[in-house]
Amino acid sequence: MSIDMEQFHQVFFEESFEGLDIMESGLLNMDPGAADPEEINSIFRAAHSIKGGGGTFGFNHISSFTHIMETLLDEMRDGRRPVTSETVNVLLSSVDVLREMLTATSNGEDHDEEQANIQQVALNKILNGEVVTSSPDSEMSSETSEATSNAGKNLGWHIVFRPLPHMLRTGNDSLRIIRELDELGDLKITCDLSALPSLDEYEPEDSYLSWDIYLHGEISRDAVDEVFSWVDDDCELAVMELVDETAPQVVEAEEVEKPTLVPAVENKRSGEDRRKKEPRKAAGSTSSSIRVDIQKIDTLINMVGELVITQSMLSMLGEDAENRDGDREERMRDGLAQLERHTRELQESVMQIRMVPISFTFSRFPRLVHDLSTKMGKKIELKMTGENTEVDKTVIEKIGDPLVHLVRNSLDHGLEMPDERVAAGKPELGTVQLSACHKGGNIVIEIRDDGRGLNRDRILSKAIENGLVPEDHTLSDREIYELIFMPGFSTADVVSDVSGRGVGMDVVRRNINELGGGIEIESTPGKGSAIIIRLPLTLAILDGQTIVVGDETYIVPLVSIVESIQVRDERINRVAGRGETFKLRDEYLPVVRLHEVFDVANPKAKELNEGLLVVVEGEGRNCGLFVDDLLGQQQVVIKSLEANYGKVDGISGATILGDGSVALILDIQGLMRLARESKLDAVG
Amino acid sequence: MSEQMAKSISAEEHQGDEYLTFISGSESYGVDILRVQEIRGWEVVTRIPNSPSYVRGVLNLRGAIVPVFDLRERIGLAPIDYSKETVVVVLRVNNQVGERSMGIVVDAVSDVLNTHAESIRNTPKFSHDIATEYISGLAESEGNMVMLLDVDKLLNYDVELERSDVEEA
Repeated sequence: MSIDMEQFHQVFFEESFEGLDIMESGLLNMDPGAADPEEINSIFRAAHSIKGGGGTFGFNHISSFTHIMETLLDEMRDGRRPVTSETVNVLLSSVDVLREMLTATSNGEDHDEEQANIQQVALNKILNGEVVTSSPDSEMSSETSEATSNAGKNLGWHIVFRPLPHMLRTGNDSLRIIRELDELGDLKITCDLSALPSLDEYEPEDSYLSWDIYLHGEISRDAVDEVFSWVDDDCELAVMELVDETAPQVVEAEEVEKPTLVPAVENKRSGEDRRKKEPRKAAGSTSSSIRVDIQKIDTLINMVGELVITQSMLSMLGEDAENRDGDREERMRDGLAQLERHTRELQESVMQIRMVPISFTFSRFPRLVHDLSTKMGKKIELKMTGENTEVDKTVIEKIGDPLVHLVRNSLDHGLEMPDERVAAGKPELGTVQLSACHKGGNIVIEIRDDGRGLNRDRILSKAIENGLVPEDHTLSDREIYELIFMPGFSTADVVSDVSGRGVGMDVVRRNINELGGGIEIESTPGKGSAIIIRLPLTLAILDGQTIVVGDETYIVPLVSIVESIQVRDERINRVAGRGETFKLRDEYLPVVRLHEVFDVANPKAKELNEGLLVVVEGEGRNCGLFVDDLLGQQQVVIKSLEANYGKVDGISGATILGDGSVALILDIQGLMRLARESKLDAVG
Repeated sequence: MSEQMAKSISAEEHQGDEYLTFISGSESYGVDILRVQEIRGWEVVTRIPNSPSYVRGVLNLRGAIVPVFDLRERIGLAPIDYSKETVVVVLRVNNQVGERSMGIVVDAVSDVLNTHAESIRNTPKFSHDIATEYISGLAESEGNMVMLLDVDKLLNYDVELERSDVEEA
């Protein structure tokens, strides 16, 4: 039975984290006093899967911890225990502890045992008393005490083994299992024939017998579990330790390393659960989502990208052949048109695989708002819309932290305390609205609150105080709001542990810029503020503008381009040693000569009036990128330069053009940094 | 033609280690044939800005972006103009991160050398002109000396590190 289980660990952890999310959102939705049984059921199922998986893979600390949660949930499900907010809170914090355990285990580290123990005691406190007195399984308890003679010591196991009818057909033989148990220690077996039908109803392939087994000797629970590990899902199984039941239960349950010491009654129930659970699980498996290895998808995307390139190559060929045999060409063009249509469809559907609904990110916010509002004593309602908007998985992964930061800011700085709100004539309950939608080729995420709005004057005075803005400068409202994205900026009067440490908004903006997106602020004093994030739908394809410098071709992401202009000499200022600037409307923008920064041989345009200035935006600043010429705009498939080479300053990636050659994609922010550095070098 | 050649070479029955040999300048070099991914004629590559001079650029290898290095410059020889004979040998390189594909430009591919491990001699100390750290040993082919290249050392390219070298120079 020694199969390498390691290969399944990753799947187990992924599923368990998903299960934790389900439990968390379920618990948050739970109405104390009037809980939806189906809701409790889904939480219970998630806990049960984690427990089962944990046991299978030998993560006993996880399975034993989850087991206690499961027991509690089971009682809630059966209506034997009222759903109180206290219970829900203990379960919520247990979810946190369990998440910590899983994270530690998946990283191969030790989990925080002390915390787990504290949590287990808390869970047991809720469980205790009632478990012993109101348990309908008193029959089992008495059996346990009958067989017990020695306090605390492991005398062996009482096993009730009831195979489901189909067990033999799964290739498992009850006799083999009993033989294996026999090898472990002394066996006392009673066979239960009551399920045996009359001979004419007898199905030879079905299993009708069940056994009551007393296994004596000092045997570890693991050894017993190992025997049954293959038939776990095909039988009803109850394993009870033969111990003195007068032993204090809380102490037993605290022993993390000995999951076997969990009170016997609970084990019996988990056997029953298995039976109850099976049909539901089957119904749930019709879900339409699949788990796909991201690497496979990436390969597919590469292949499709190639197909697109082939197609563009062919269509170029078709254009060349214009002057020859008419009929054949027409057919060829038709075929090409079809190829184009198909490749485009294929590409779209393949890209779709990578798309996941943004609810993956949004789902953490109800908990966050719940916790923070309690902590801060504010009354806050979170509204979410557009959770099903689909975004690239990579975007989802990277947008999570910035969003958390922004929502925290809204809760902490934006929304007022209840009395303050009432005094301002607003409803006591503050609202934070989180929404996502598609607009053009972008996804737009908005975080809108009805709080006090940004304090224009305070931001300005703080900025002047920090020397970010000269004192006599007049700024528009928009420009003032932009200031909060400057590094080291915070207006919070009191630095709380929620936010206000001054790291943040600049990091948020950088993260979003790295994803190729942008961030904006709207605010009305006293009415509230909104943060609007615009992100590209995918990171695999980009709308690009092809530019030429000398013999070289580069791609500029279209989102970074503000406009392209030809400048006349009189609008250019040269500052000695600090490069050139040019005047565009009211602004002076620095000129970045691409041929200088990239050291391109023989550029066609050396004087600024010979070439073109592409006004590009990066990190909130604009500059004029000086190039020879612009070619067409096209969608390009982004290829990694780092896969085989490494990171190059000023370059974000590469792509393959219609003629099969490689063109590099410019990283505007990196390029601006590079230009600044080379200017400094030139001066120093 | 070059791809077929690589295929027929690897399909050949062999004993001992096999090395693909090629010429750069007047010297013969060899690389472990199992590391050779593809041999292709030289074609113009896309230059990478601000890279060391021996990095010729990147090419499109069926959708993957593969950097191409000039072998002569990499091991400290003077560069020459590329001709019809000039080929790019695409090699699989192992480093800390995993496997990478990288190409080297050589003057011409010559032969496949069959040799046993015991007949490979250690590299003697050359003068400082040639970077001997990239050479794993010497073998003999029909009376000529073949320098066997350590692919991982030759192409284990750390951009950050190398660039700072260039800037200092």
